[in-house]
Amino acid sequence: MSQVETAVPAPTHRGYWSLVMSRLLRDPVAMACLAVLVLLVCSAIFAPWLGLADPYKGSMIARLKPLGTPGYLLGTDEQGRDMLSRLIYGGRLTLFIGLMPVVLAFFIGGALGIVAGYVGGITNTIIMRVVDVFFAFPSVLLAIAISGALGAGVLNSLVSLTIVFIPPVTRVAEAVTSGVRQLDYIDAARASGANALTVIRVHVIGNVLSPVFVYATSLTSVCMILAAGLSFLGIGVRPPEPEWGLMLNTLRSAIYVNPWLAALPGVMIFATSLCLNLLSDGLRSAMNVRD
Amino acid sequence: MAGCDDVLSYFLRRLILVLPVAFGVSVVCFMLVQIAPGDPLTAIMPVDATAEQQAAMRAAYGLDKPLPVQYLIWIANLLQGEMGRSIASGRPVAGEVFGAVSNSLLLAGAAAVIAFPIGTFLGFLAGYFRDTILDRFITALSITGVSVPNYWLGIVLVIIFSVNLGWLPSMGAGPGGSQDWHWDWAHIRHLVLPAVTLAVVPIGIVARTVRALAGDILSMDFVQALYAKGLSRGDVLRHVARNAAATALSVMGLQLGYLLGGSILIETVFNWPGSGFLLSNAIFQRDLPLLQGTILILAMFFVGMNLIVDVAQAAIDPRIKRT
Repeated sequence: MSQVETAVPAPTHRGYWSLVMSRLLRDPVAMACLAVLVLLVCSAIFAPWLGLADPYKGSMIARLKPLGTPGYLLGTDEQGRDMLSRLIYGGRLTLFIGLMPVVLAFFIGGALGIVAGYVGGITNTIIMRVVDVFFAFPSVLLAIAISGALGAGVLNSLVSLTIVFIPPVTRVAEAVTSGVRQLDYIDAARASGANALTVIRVHVIGNVLSPVFVYATSLTSVCMILAAGLSFLGIGVRPPEPEWGLMLNTLRSAIYVNPWLAALPGVMIFATSLCLNLLSDGLRSAMNVRD
Repeated sequence: MAGCDDVLSYFLRRLILVLPVAFGVSVVCFMLVQIAPGDPLTAIMPVDATAEQQAAMRAAYGLDKPLPVQYLIWIANLLQGEMGRSIASGRPVAGEVFGAVSNSLLLAGAAAVIAFPIGTFLGFLAGYFRDTILDRFITALSITGVSVPNYWLGIVLVIIFSVNLGWLPSMGAGPGGSQDWHWDWAHIRHLVLPAVTLAVVPIGIVARTVRALAGDILSMDFVQALYAKGLSRGDVLRHVARNAAATALSVMGLQLGYLLGGSILIETVFNWPGSGFLLSNAIFQRDLPLLQGTILILAMFFVGMNLIVDVAQAAIDPRIKRT
């Protein structure tokens, strides 16, 4: 019996990332968090064009106005500066110092981990033992120690937080790379004459990147809290720059006058870090897809 | 058999692995002073000091020697309990640091006493009633707990319980200050707000860990077997708890270390006279020996805590390979 083989259309092969995206789009919590974060980032970037009051211009007669004062929607701070404007402008430095270290640590730590995991031997030992040493410090302590020694400033905060987050990223990248390296197809690639760089570029990075990326996103919330915490301690951003942690610090003296105003910058830090955590959780479950 | 000798030899093997880390930690602490901008002497030298005076001072502090030699001198002094003198107060660093660290330990310990039972209980409930409303609620609660900037939470608690209600004090360690702690209400009431604030993050972390653990273990075959054997629910849960204990304890041990590090910000909020308070004073007075000493002691405490956790885990759980 001759059966005519009907040409079955090949299943449209969707890429891994488009699958992740479509899953993420169906996650309402993650999408809500993404929306909040996009709003925060956009309002920070476009702050100068939003028609806000000057975030640096104070007024002696309009100090610590409560929320809802006409002309000052969210009140004013201890120097009479418009809170709404300062909170939105504050997103610029806060989000930058809160997210950039993880981005830098993702690239630097990822590269170190891949090299350590792929090359192995003495290179691995050197890199991973140094990582172990930095791991011996609780992250808050290490960030404060380095920032405290270097002194206040945006660049110093970036440096100290990047140093804090390189070791954990390196450790994850190394573990994943070591696992991938033992797979047969890597041996096959090497046997066919590909050099180390080609093997890493073509076969290793693709497999290592996504777990390391998910791990890095889970660090953003901690980084955000730490970055604002450094400014809160006075070893991060310098006044009079608007920055949420610093604003929380300078408004502390106002808790007896206008308590809920003083808590506002912290609400911004909290909301951002909560959204980062929830989005990272959503991404993690979206990337575990096997369908 | 998991004898005492086994655990002891495991401890000694771990100790050998910890020594290079401890060495590295000391190098990092030593380098902290080196990366600091400016001359460490400017804080103590008069502005109009002559070049000879500066050189003499430099020699007196050993700053004219090459770095590795300076490190060796520093570490040799350290091993004899000599950590140098605070530039600001002139008092020995060791005394100042140990006084402050004991206050921090008190705070971290109190936070742990609050956090660990609550976190374990919530995590177990969520793991046991997985995918129910209760689980969702507890999971949301623990994510919130992990995401909250605790220095802000401290301020909010002060606003509620000190400013508005006037129930609890907002700062300090009670009458008599830092030197004179007693377990009476006059002192303990000062501990309540900072300890509760500090406990929130570990509650979230412990709850998440225990939830995952409990869920995993409850879905294992041996649990079904135990039920099939006719054991009561309570007896089965004892088996589950025993299986979860090692991992749960190790997470808690590490959290105790993190509490000590994390207390820095909380101590600043509540003016608690601990290591964080000392550290921020050291930073603002550019008192580098004090900064170095405080960081070193806290980091070494964390290293020691890791070691204890490892060994305790091996002692509890015979499955952990002692290799």
